[in-house]
Amino acid sequence: MPLSNEIIKEKLTEKFGEDISDWTEPYGLLTFSADKELNLKVLQFLYDDETLKFKFLTDLCAVHYPERKGGELAVVYHLHNLVDNIRIRFKVFTGIDSPDVFSASALYSAANWMERETYDFYGVNFVGHPNLKRILNVDDMEYFPMRKEFPLEDQTRLDKDDDMFGRN
Amino acid sequence: MPRPVQYNINHKPLETSIASGEAPDGYAGEGFFATKLGDVVGLARKNSIWPLPFATSCCGIEFMALMGSHYDLARFGSERVSFSPRQCDLLMVMGTIAKKMAPIVKQVYLQMAEPRWVLAMGACASSGGIFDTYSVLQGIDQIIPVDVYVPGCPPRPEAVLDGFMKVQDLVGKESLRRRNSERYQDLMKSYGIQ
Repeated sequence: MPLSNEIIKEKLTEKFGEDISDWTEPYGLLTFSADKELNLKVLQFLYDDETLKFKFLTDLCAVHYPERKGGELAVVYHLHNLVDNIRIRFKVFTGIDSPDVFSASALYSAANWMERETYDFYGVNFVGHPNLKRILNVDDMEYFPMRKEFPLEDQTRLDKDDDMFGRN
Repeated sequence: MPRPVQYNINHKPLETSIASGEAPDGYAGEGFFATKLGDVVGLARKNSIWPLPFATSCCGIEFMALMGSHYDLARFGSERVSFSPRQCDLLMVMGTIAKKMAPIVKQVYLQMAEPRWVLAMGACASSGGIFDTYSVLQGIDQIIPVDVYVPGCPPRPEAVLDGFMKVQDLVGKESLRRRNSERYQDLMKSYGIQ
């Protein structure tokens, strides 16, 4: 029997029970979230299991939800089973005051640079990452530009016409 | 029927002589001409400016048209586009300068020998342009002093030629002592140079 979303859901519920929640399937892409303390355990299970075989990390990124108090930052893992060609999406939420999430770089080598990028733009502190420093922005940047408290425009400029940049 | 070929048949008389540039003010007599050394040096410098193209985006493509036979920057004494900053007189910054690129632009400027001039071509180099964002330097005059700004997005080659002639004007009229003046030293200090 080919691997399907139902089997994945069944397997994960069997292993983790109520710890995995928010099951949705937008456009057929199985999506779920777990407590941030469990992220490595879930990823390791998805990687190691004989039938699941999610051995490829397609993408790792963050999203900032300012209105979600206590879990403002979501870290999103996109995983791919290359054998059965099935993709899933796994989210963990963390508070913005202590954005510590365990690093997946030991499990997926691809996570190394992706976590650096996520740190660069959202300030997620990946615990256990071998080299967590900025990857794209200038090293002396003092903030995390993709967080929503920072407007996209450069606030240091006074001589640009606000109307021309849609600021009014 | 093939498209008829059109020729420019309107005769346009020569407005001014193109044979020679203007001589500086001086005292001329039979077989000699006396003028200030500064004027002669200015004349020599302004007609042999070696540009250093620092092209990062679409303005650089426009610069290629400028160097081509149609617009031909070589007519202004800038045949030799040098890619070694140590030999160049004019740094032409063309295109968006990201904040990560800023130290490189500054280093290239520092590697140039005095006297040196800077031309900022296009909206991005002059002010950041449409890229009003965290990653883009909002004008190269935040890191190095700029002599001439050429507006446009990108500017047409004619506009760059006009800007280049402005540079020539500055070079020709510059006093030989300007680079030693206190004002110039203060300007350099304000950029943290020397």
